[in-house]
Amino acid sequence: MEFCQLTIHESKKLLENKEISSLELTQSSLKRIEEVEEKIKAFVTVTKEEALAMAEKVDEKIKKGEDLGPLAGIPAAIKDNICTEGIKTTCSSKMLANFVPPYNATVIDKLLGQNSVIIGKANMDEFAMGSSTENSAFFATKNPWDLNCVPGGSSGGSAAAVAAGEVVFALGSDTGGSIRQPAAFCGVVGLKPTYGLVSRYGLIAYASSLDQIGPLTKDVTDCALVLNALAGYDPLDSTSVNMDYPDYTKYLVDDIKGLRIGLPKEYLGEGIDPQVEEKIKEAVKKLEELGAVVEECSLPHTEYAMPAYYIIAPAEASSNLARYDGVRYGYRTEWAEDVLSLFCRTRAEGFGREVKRRIMLGTYALSSGYYDAYYLKALKIRTLIKQDFDRAFEKYDCLLTPTAPGVAFELGSKADPLAMYKQDVCTIPVNLAGIPAISIPYGKVADKPVGVQFIGKAFGEGTLLRVAYTLEQNSAETRIKPEI
Amino acid sequence: MKITMKDVEHVALLARLELTDEEKQEQLEKLNQILDAMEVLNQVDTSHVEPLAHVLPINNVFREDELKESLPREKVLQNAPDHEEGMFKVPKIV
Repeated sequence: MEFCQLTIHESKKLLENKEISSLELTQSSLKRIEEVEEKIKAFVTVTKEEALAMAEKVDEKIKKGEDLGPLAGIPAAIKDNICTEGIKTTCSSKMLANFVPPYNATVIDKLLGQNSVIIGKANMDEFAMGSSTENSAFFATKNPWDLNCVPGGSSGGSAAAVAAGEVVFALGSDTGGSIRQPAAFCGVVGLKPTYGLVSRYGLIAYASSLDQIGPLTKDVTDCALVLNALAGYDPLDSTSVNMDYPDYTKYLVDDIKGLRIGLPKEYLGEGIDPQVEEKIKEAVKKLEELGAVVEECSLPHTEYAMPAYYIIAPAEASSNLARYDGVRYGYRTEWAEDVLSLFCRTRAEGFGREVKRRIMLGTYALSSGYYDAYYLKALKIRTLIKQDFDRAFEKYDCLLTPTAPGVAFELGSKADPLAMYKQDVCTIPVNLAGIPAISIPYGKVADKPVGVQFIGKAFGEGTLLRVAYTLEQNSAETRIKPEI
Repeated sequence: MKITMKDVEHVALLARLELTDEEKQEQLEKLNQILDAMEVLNQVDTSHVEPLAHVLPINNVFREDELKESLPREKVLQNAPDHEEGMFKVPKIV
């Protein structure tokens, strides 16, 4: 089998049977990058030497017969807002173009603890603000299915690298859909975990009450394997949840008989590409054939989620990004006369257009006289959105929606910020409610992948993996690969 | 128009962003467009709704006040645009 199609569990088997070494896996990954990266442009940094050294170390451990865990020797890409000690972490921003973190994010320590091989840092929308990866300060990433189209965003580099087979899996982060929407656009599996399930320590903050790190993988089994590695309590993140974490692979069961699935009507109809809606209906039919009970339901406050999000997220961002002042790390202007001009010019020169827009929007929403009208109002709407989900989960085990309102769009075609913000209508409510959701591929429209999203109750990742796995095992629509 | 050029300039100063005239004009237009789209929130009566800042029932997480090793000074300073004698260096303040 070609390297570019290998999953984690397949690679693991080859490693176990000594049919391949970790070094060979890593070399295949680097070779694939050499072949296709010119077209895809998924990586900000490729850490070739470090990766090869790491792979050799893993091979030695394998030789000694050490039990290394399911991700050992497997090449991975890391979104460039997750801190990697000694490896540049840029957030695809001029502001952090030369930032080399002095420590690892907890998720990186966890991957390295499992002897995974980090191949490089993946491109993204600057500071994770965007839905197309066009907001990267360096270059746009292309969709492996159609090089004229975007890979989605903000974890577009991560999704494209997995879809193009440059790596076996990747980490992304999801604040309003940034794992799931690019997963849908690139035809891979992406999971946003429950808020608090995965440590955010070392994830460069965008909107702290919404951000979560999660996996982008080639199939649902791999998703469970990576989630096993990432999930867990971390004293370094005060919002990390201290509880018993299950073995998520136990939920990889091909059986959804009697599972109750809600189909929220607000996620279909107006604003959704009718052909995408058609695919969702096909998925519904398939799920019913497999024994699930699917019913239409309602989340009445859905239309208010997007506007509420674009107050809350920028408000938190305006506070989080105040740290970029040109003093302790990051870019500094050459034209400072005093400290105020040092701050103002550093930020003017270091941040891109969309980042400035969100800082302005957030600062305004939090400023004296407007706090109640915008920020507080949005937080109240957030309560209503969470209550909608709470009510739905009294009746349903999970919900089914499209992941995005359409398929991958052409580069440069959504210049207007509101048109871009609407990309996130199906994914944003999940972040506001802090619950988990998974996107898996389900067929194609206009030769581009469609994503279906399953939304679960808090800490209900198991149910999501079960339903996604069952659909995957029983439908060829979920197993689609691009040709590059 | 929800916000004026004066608002844009005030908010830019609060956010410590120096904007060119062209950028100010763009911010003025786009911010007004975005804020117009947020108007829809006022259709919802939230007078009896509590705000939700955070989804987890976790409050005031404390740790023991114990001495622990911190990052060595060289590592802390390695990304500083300018430093001298183990300290961050900035333009003259007073």
